[in-house]
Amino acid sequence: MSLKRYLPIITLSVLVVAVQVAVSLTGQAFYLTQLTMAAYYTVVAVGLCMLMGYAGQISLGHAGFFAIGGYTSAALTTADFSNASHGWLGHALIKTGCMAAAEDLYGAHLVRLNPWVACLAAITATVIIAYCIGLPVLRLKGHYLAMATLGFGSIISKIVVGTKVFGGADGISGVPPFTITATFGVCGEMQYRIPNYYFAWAVVICAALLMHNLVNSRVGRALRAIHGNEEAARAMGIDTARYKLNVFVLSAVFAALSGIFLTHYNGGIGPSEASIMKSVRYVAIVAVGGMANLWGAIAAGAGLNFLSLRGYFGSYDEAVFGLILTATMLFAPQGLLVKPEWLAGITAFFRSSARGRGNGAS
Amino acid sequence: MSCALVLQYLLSGITSGGIYAIVAIGFNIIYNTTGIINFAQGEFVMLGAMTAISFSAWMPLPAAIAAAVIITSLVGALVDMVFIRWLKRPTVLHMIIITIGISILLKEAALHIWDEKVRSLPYFTGNECSSIAFFGAHMSPQVLWVLGTCALVVLLLTLFFKYTLLGRSMRACSANRTASVLCGINVKNMVTFSFMLSAGIGALAGCVISPLTQTQYECGTPLAIKGFTVAILGGLGNSAAAVTAGLLLGIIEALSISLLPVAFKDVVAIGILLVILFFKPSGLFGNKEAGRLKEF
Repeated sequence: MSLKRYLPIITLSVLVVAVQVAVSLTGQAFYLTQLTMAAYYTVVAVGLCMLMGYAGQISLGHAGFFAIGGYTSAALTTADFSNASHGWLGHALIKTGCMAAAEDLYGAHLVRLNPWVACLAAITATVIIAYCIGLPVLRLKGHYLAMATLGFGSIISKIVVGTKVFGGADGISGVPPFTITATFGVCGEMQYRIPNYYFAWAVVICAALLMHNLVNSRVGRALRAIHGNEEAARAMGIDTARYKLNVFVLSAVFAALSGIFLTHYNGGIGPSEASIMKSVRYVAIVAVGGMANLWGAIAAGAGLNFLSLRGYFGSYDEAVFGLILTATMLFAPQGLLVKPEWLAGITAFFRSSARGRGNGAS
Repeated sequence: MSCALVLQYLLSGITSGGIYAIVAIGFNIIYNTTGIINFAQGEFVMLGAMTAISFSAWMPLPAAIAAAVIITSLVGALVDMVFIRWLKRPTVLHMIIITIGISILLKEAALHIWDEKVRSLPYFTGNECSSIAFFGAHMSPQVLWVLGTCALVVLLLTLFFKYTLLGRSMRACSANRTASVLCGINVKNMVTFSFMLSAGIGALAGCVISPLTQTQYECGTPLAIKGFTVAILGGLGNSAAAVTAGLLLGIIEALSISLLPVAFKDVVAIGILLVILFFKPSGLFGNKEAGRLKEF
């Protein structure tokens, strides 16, 4: 039965390859750039889907975690460490490859931090901040939780705009590629467009796989119990506070990871990535996808972000997100992309016939 | 710091505090009748000011403000009738998402009706240079308008909720919805009315503060966050406490400027919100017992 369980993952992988082949064959490879960016934004939606859909905790601050990841990585990889490279610590770091000599645009010599180290630092920072914020915030419910996460998100965006290290209103540019192997790095250069596209979608698939397994495990059942009725879940012996906190931190790490990769892909990051509107956008994507529907969130994330990045919505970009947010909640509070009833009926039919065959074989 | 300087900081704190308080009152009205937080409250403030600015081009200022208040309260009624009225048993999560959606729609509508330019109403008395000297500190006469409007609104609302049939019906809806229906109160109409009232007060707030803060299509969200902070600080649903909390937050913010860069002013305010949420969600002046009955 394991094949059936992973059918959605396999379908997604086939689709990713098919889109690349189709786009390249028709000579429209430029679409891959937006598809890559959409993939990274989708990773945020995957994490948020877990938090909102399964654990039932809203977060209006996930752009904040995205920004923490992106900005930490950008600030650390663009900083010049030549002053710090002379001591014994500096020598050790260079020896182990954590820092390396580099040249800037004008040929000046710099010492730069390895993106892997920066990435690790960014994720550590995210985990620490997410724990510190999550611990008190997740005790709140409803409006108060929404407002507290919104407050966190707007604090991050204010800090980003108000701090010199993060480039203020200009953001950080000139972020070097994230070298994965000797010949490939996450960057926006033309010749790496196709490998980057596959790398981004591989990240999505890995994230989805992790979520998929988590949801169908003991943890997933506990989270759904919390969503259904927190008091009842606690009465059943579920450590609700710990589960909520862990999911919150995990989804924050997903957001940070996507921020790190997208920053290296774009070669920079700006304060708009930390804005409240971005957080609302992630919530909109999860809502359209149907809250507790991982595949809906991925489809909505990829589709809506791609359309938005290509500029199909024109000056109505934010209005479109506002409209789908209200329309979804009004007409299909369970989400637009959840399985309609007729589809559920067909699935049930196949499941029962499959079970029949299984019995016959044994 | 000299005495006059401290006084100047206090005055600027009271100015912004009055602005926050009047926005917070709008939150409280809808919260009191429906138990929901209207995340689009800031957009009502923005719409009111924008409408008044447009009208003031071809009618006297008081008439323009009155027209703006009426139009915005009609928008408020429309919002309720189109989006909220016919929802069946919405969860808090759904209401949050819907009102956020509405706020984006109103903001984008304003962007396309007007444009992204920053505008403002003229000063009600005097102009941008006129100031009132006050023990060595100076303030704009508009500040008195803000504080006066704030006080008047609180007074009228208190009287309205205490002594009129309509006001008491609205309070009954918040206390017990089912019981109010059994007493013959049309709860849905009360909700629509509370949206009209809070949109109207929001619009009035927008007009009074417009000369001081300027108005742009995006100015609603930051105001809403501050207003909500103040509403929670005072204890949700309590308008008089909101004024006290508003002035308190305004003064803290103003004093924080003397210690921290201006860019971190909002960080201080929201930091206070988080601290209050973590340690005393019923608010500074909120009743703990009553707070427990509400759904947070």
